Amino acid sequence: MHELSVTESILEISLRHANNSNAKSITNIYLVIGQLASIIDDSVQFYWDIISKGTLADGAVLNFRRIPTTLACLDCNNQYSPGDDSLDCPKCKGHHVKILSGEEFYMEAIDIET
Amino acid sequence: MTNKILVVEKILSANDRIAVENQSIFNAAGVKSFNIMASPGAGKTSLIEQTIKILLNTIKLAVIDGDIATNIDADRAQAAGAFAVQINTGGECHLDAVMINSALKQMNLDLFDAIIIENVGNLVCPASFQLGSHKSVLIASIPEGDDKPYKYPGMYRGVDALVINKIDLLPYVPFNMDYFRKGVETLNPGIVTFPLSCKTGEGLENWIKWITEIVRNQN
Repeated sequence: MHELSVTESILEISLRHANNSNAKSITNIYLVIGQLASIIDDSVQFYWDIISKGTLADGAVLNFRRIPTTLACLDCNNQYSPGDDSLDCPKCKGHHVKILSGEEFYMEAIDIET
Repeated sequence: MTNKILVVEKILSANDRIAVENQSIFNAAGVKSFNIMASPGAGKTSLIEQTIKILLNTIKLAVIDGDIATNIDADRAQAAGAFAVQINTGGECHLDAVMINSALKQMNLDLFDAIIIENVGNLVCPASFQLGSHKSVLIASIPEGDDKPYKYPGMYRGVDALVINKIDLLPYVPFNMDYFRKGVETLNPGIVTFPLSCKTGEGLENWIKWITEIVRNQN
């Protein structure tokens, strides 16, 4: 729901790194997004096409790498990916959990033309 | 020539940096800050009004109100007796650290003991944007339904305290408190909760005690 501000950050970060390397253009941007980060790829792409126009990043392809949610059960130490309707541990039915992955939201790398 | 450049930077790192700066501003002025988040209609403004009225003579409070439009909430906080600044986000679904930073520049923080930030009514986006506050508080309310922790895990996971408002409506609406609390406990084990009613005043004393202790503890 806040994809515009997120997309503006993506543009700012990618342009800053491209300028530091004296790039002529950015061709690819690699993003890592955990399943728990409430970000919609299509919506980011929609804003991206508009706000990257006329910049070094115009036409750059956004590559989304999704990281699945992994939880650790604090009761029995089982590690699992939760189902759609419950976060409970499938082994012991416990509901005290720690999130191991799924909250990531960062830019991994960019490809530039120099 | 094509080159790959390693970036590894959090997308919201710019916001997070300003949030850290905001917290330093609060700390330098000896002010404790609270980020109040909830869905629209859960009772953010009502809880803030009650808190202002009860603490009027003990804690000097200021309110920063975030809304997409209008000054209604800041007017209510002011009428209750607090200094209030309204931020209109102009369509943005959340407050961010930059907005708080500019609001702080309009305020003389030395006049206050505590700042309450009323975020935009929304159970999704505000959770992703750190503001630099000392404590994040979520208000849930009985008519919203008992399934909200399961549907909005990001919000329930990231807060320091949970107010459960409108408990006076429990006899009238279906709300399974055990089911609700199980979801809360899964996402945020051991979180402090305040079941209360802003309308009847029931349970408010525990909330007031919590907020007072944090403000008084200057460590």
